[in-house]
Amino acid sequence: MMCCICKEKEATVHLTQIAAEKMQKVDLCEDCAKQKGVNDPAGFSLADMLLGLGASQEMEQAAGGSHLKCPHCGFTQADFKKAGRLGCAHCYDTFSEGLEGLLKTMHKGTRHKGKIPAALRESQNLAARLKQLQKRLDKAVAEEDFEQAALARDEIKSTKEKIAEITAP
Amino acid sequence: MNLHEFLVPPAETARREGPNTRIVMSSRVRLARNLKELAFPGWAKKAERIRALDQIRPAVESLPQMAGAFSESMDNLNALDKQILVERHLISREHAAKSAGSGLVLNREESLCVMINEEDHLRMQALRPGLQLKQAWAAIDAVDSKLEKKLDYAFNAELGYLTACPTNLGTGIRVSAMLHLPGLVLAEQINQIIQAVNKLGLAVRGLYGEGTEALGNVFQVSNQMTLGESEPEIVERLNKVLAQIIEHEENARGTLQEKKPKTVCNHIGRAYGILANAHSISSKETMNLLSFLRLGVDLGMFPEMERGLVDELFILTQPAHLQKNFSEKLGADERDLLRADMLRERLRSISRPVNPPVKLDKPSEE
Repeated sequence: MMCCICKEKEATVHLTQIAAEKMQKVDLCEDCAKQKGVNDPAGFSLADMLLGLGASQEMEQAAGGSHLKCPHCGFTQADFKKAGRLGCAHCYDTFSEGLEGLLKTMHKGTRHKGKIPAALRESQNLAARLKQLQKRLDKAVAEEDFEQAALARDEIKSTKEKIAEITAP
Repeated sequence: MNLHEFLVPPAETARREGPNTRIVMSSRVRLARNLKELAFPGWAKKAERIRALDQIRPAVESLPQMAGAFSESMDNLNALDKQILVERHLISREHAAKSAGSGLVLNREESLCVMINEEDHLRMQALRPGLQLKQAWAAIDAVDSKLEKKLDYAFNAELGYLTACPTNLGTGIRVSAMLHLPGLVLAEQINQIIQAVNKLGLAVRGLYGEGTEALGNVFQVSNQMTLGESEPEIVERLNKVLAQIIEHEENARGTLQEKKPKTVCNHIGRAYGILANAHSISSKETMNLLSFLRLGVDLGMFPEMERGLVDELFILTQPAHLQKNFSEKLGADERDLLRADMLRERLRSISRPVNPPVKLDKPSEE
């Protein structure tokens, strides 16, 4: 039996895992097994690798076999197929279309739930506040309540300053 | 500072106990984080990796949690140092293979360990003895909250924390526990348990890979999915599953003692016989036999032995830990001799196993 990654050497490492009620088997040669971290007690998951393999195909199909390339780091789909890993954070934008279906099969959902960096959480809150203030300003202007409008305008200004403060590194 | 001087002696770490230590050897929560503007370590060129390391390392070192920490670039650690860290489960094998451009920051107690430029820019983990997933999560959450003020994380409102591998996307969290399950293995129920756990979307790994055949009857259970579920939800889900596995293990032990007391005593007695008398023994055989010794301690068959001694030997008999005490490079055969010498010496004061109390002594009273 040949190694299913390099397809060159004899497979000596055989793995079986049951995921989503489907039995999946992988046969690897010594070198590919090592490279994929099969001996790594902490980092290895057969699913990681399997999803990585199927994943590249799915991505290619989604992108119609085109040769997408990340403008930030130069990573291509062929690279993803080889490594099962992406090149940089911006690759998630570049390859977003192909990834969507993949994430569905991999995860519980496709939208993040959980921890958000505090600065971001705050700027999200401020953005919501800004929207609210803008509405109040519009209403005040429409009603020709210039006192209220001035108050809203001042607060919009200070909120925008706060946002700028947070987003600046 | 020299790594060997820094590391806590296994005699001490092995005696740290937490809830459910009988079955849960340790708990771990790991978070994956990346910097926004730099390529992931697997794709970055060396210069870019070094740039990432130069940004991250001082930030990690400056954390109050890391006061007095060991911090080193991976190229300054030799193969033996790295292997010792792997045997202690402080770094992954993947990280041990790294050199220039990767780094490690480890706190004094060995309860927090940050790998820099492993698969992701940051892999930070909190470790606790016994079943303490919530505590481990709280500890690493605090580290992460401090670090996010100093580093520009790659984060996306839709996809959460962005990671090199899409399987870690979202929370970037891996919650895991290392379980000692000799009862389920002896009762031949372990495969059923593994399948059931897999169906729940959790992974079961052996201590050192190799499919499901785990050395020393030690298994790692961890979450696989990271997107669409919050960290506390994942911790809670794992806690529920672990509580069930613990119950099954206790039941399996109870049933074995009742129905097959001779089988259990035979395994434990033979394990003791070989470990305390062998003159050459491999690392693999040692692990598998130590597992039965540990079970014997749990069942009260070694009144003068603490579980900590077994756990200490689990670490000390591993290849790199053995090699550490000798200046010349040892071959596998030589290690097997030295391992046997050490085991005989350390088990000399331990008497042979006594019959388990009550159940076996007075079966007629029931």
